[in-house]
Amino acid sequence: MLEIRNLHVTVDGKEILKGIDLDVAAGEVHAIMGPNGSGKSTLSYVLAGREGYEVTEGSIRFNGKDLSEMGVDERAAAGIFLAFQYPLEIPGVTTMTFLKTALNAQRKARGEEELDAVRFLKLVREKAKPLNVNDDMLKRALNVGYSGGEKKRAEVLQMSLLEPALAVLDETDSGLDIDALKTVADGVNALRSPERSMIVITHYQRLLDYIVPDVVHVLSGGRIVKTGGKELALELEKSGYAGYGADAA
Amino acid sequence: MAAVRETVETVGEVEKYKYGFFTDIESEKAPLGLTEDTVRFISAKKNEPAWLLEWRLAAFRRWLTMTEPTWAKVSYPPIDFQDAYYYSAPKQQAKLDSLDQVDPKLLETYEKLGIPLTEQKMLAGVAVDAVFDSVSVVTTFKEKLAEAGVIFCPMSEAVAKHPELVKKYLGSVVPTSDNFYATLNSAVFSEGSFVYIPEGVRCPMELSTYFRINEKQTGQFERTLIIAEKGSYVSYLEGCTAPQRDENQLHAAVVELVALDDAEIKYSTVQNWFPGDEEGKGGVYNFVTKRGDCRGANSKISWTQVETGSAITWKYPSCILRGDNSRGEFYSIAISNGRQQVDSGTKMIHLGRNTTSRIISKGISAGKSSNTYRGLVSVHRKAENVRNFTQCDSLLIGSKCSAHTVPYVETKNPSAVLEHEATTSKISDDQLFYCMQRGIGEEEAVALIVNGFCRDVLQQLPMEFAVEAQKLVGISLEGSVG
Repeated sequence: MLEIRNLHVTVDGKEILKGIDLDVAAGEVHAIMGPNGSGKSTLSYVLAGREGYEVTEGSIRFNGKDLSEMGVDERAAAGIFLAFQYPLEIPGVTTMTFLKTALNAQRKARGEEELDAVRFLKLVREKAKPLNVNDDMLKRALNVGYSGGEKKRAEVLQMSLLEPALAVLDETDSGLDIDALKTVADGVNALRSPERSMIVITHYQRLLDYIVPDVVHVLSGGRIVKTGGKELALELEKSGYAGYGADAA
Repeated sequence: MAAVRETVETVGEVEKYKYGFFTDIESEKAPLGLTEDTVRFISAKKNEPAWLLEWRLAAFRRWLTMTEPTWAKVSYPPIDFQDAYYYSAPKQQAKLDSLDQVDPKLLETYEKLGIPLTEQKMLAGVAVDAVFDSVSVVTTFKEKLAEAGVIFCPMSEAVAKHPELVKKYLGSVVPTSDNFYATLNSAVFSEGSFVYIPEGVRCPMELSTYFRINEKQTGQFERTLIIAEKGSYVSYLEGCTAPQRDENQLHAAVVELVALDDAEIKYSTVQNWFPGDEEGKGGVYNFVTKRGDCRGANSKISWTQVETGSAITWKYPSCILRGDNSRGEFYSIAISNGRQQVDSGTKMIHLGRNTTSRIISKGISAGKSSNTYRGLVSVHRKAENVRNFTQCDSLLIGSKCSAHTVPYVETKNPSAVLEHEATTSKISDDQLFYCMQRGIGEEEAVALIVNGFCRDVLQQLPMEFAVEAQKLVGISLEGSVG
């Protein structure tokens, strides 16, 4: 599904990722853990194709395609989804309108028929229900005045609706209390499937109690310094990142 | 992100103005330039009564003593008022009894503009008056309106058939001496719509006028007059387009609204005159005076405008809140792109007691454009318990455009409560990245964000036009992202 080879990424002239190799097969859930400033968010942005994140060396292949030639929206239509750590507010645009615009833009890009209002409404309600997203929330402007938990639930709703092949969850646990975390994790777990891969980026092990990864990587100083099974996360919880050349922050 | 990177100058602005075609049709023009003879020529063409010719001539003589206003934040080379035609009419039979007699080329033109005039294709429930250069081409649904007692016809027809109404109200809101362009209009106005809603009648359909400047070097000077008698209601929409031309075209219209006791007038504008090319060449100078008079108690006048076209816009649709408890509203979206210059806003003149007004202005600047909100809220000494709420929001796209807000507040009565809120924001890289990460293309993302920004105003438009206006917002911002 995803093959990253010797990836070097520069932001504002500063090298942040210094040679990443990562393979994620279909159906796998990989966790990327690491201290602040280790390059976790940079990795998520570079996968999504954000401008200003310059690949100076190496390659990223997604389902056999070289991502470097693809724009942000093209990558999205190809099946890459990024759940944001801080979802953006879009004033005046209802969540419903935003979801419909996004879904139909992707369908159009893939040469599929766009959904009409009736079929869309049915679909979005079906997806929204398990996430406790009611019609009232769908009628509000996207993320405007949403609580931390609502924002993250809205992110998972988007993921559920857009059905990406690869979902990257960037610090999805930040700002959530334990109940909100459970709801979000349940939503994510419901989307696990043999065809779908996930990269879960997190600073803390807590999230991984609920979204149990197949593989855990430790990212530090722009490199993957250790890779292991889910027990690696527990180990980090005890000893911190101190042993990986960074502060235990 | 590219959008905020910079407006790309190479964008084929010219190709985007899809109304820029020119209809090759034989026309009859007044001689070039403006003299008393021109005024007499126009009046004679319209078979006007003597009083109206005198009215025009008085305005013309006054105009000769006036100078162009220079206080707006717009700049353009001096206009040679003698190098323009002040009257142009497509040649056709003198009198039309039915649509079949209209020159098919004209019908085709309106078809291209997306305004079908043949009744079976008409937007259900919308009566249309179409003005081509200086004359009205056709007014639809006349009979149905007549049943309700509503008069909706070209101004020249109103002068002939309802002279007492025209004489009573023409110039009563915007006097011939009002300002340079209004005075010019009074001298040379050639067409426009006349609407009269009798007492207690709720106009059974939306009324709509489409203005089209076709001829070269021709100014358009329409004059619209709407009178809502006691307890009546009307919703009126005007739309405007012009062919794209290298030279500038002058549009100096006057719109007068009169609302008597308990009457309500809702006036919406979707203005899409040719804005000029990306170098700022050509485009319409839109110098317009629009004013509504809430003459009766409990009356209401509401202006809604979506302004995306014109090289230069200079317009301030205003309300004179004369009747006690009357209400004025102004909802505006002004989008400027390329090298467009907009100086627009409103005036709310509170004269009566318990009068209220509400101003919501959304300015969107892109490219190298300049977008100014200029508004006046004035409270007269005797106007007790006045309330005003003003909200001016500016959105910037790119870093070569500018937005300005110039609010004037004058109050001579201490009981007034006036609120003013203003914000300026930019479409952020983060917002665009977020939308695009969901698969939305860059231009669609900008249109989505801008439509969200304008939502309060778009909601005020009649339903039939809200969707069109939303699309227009997207179209006029095409090329604002690179």
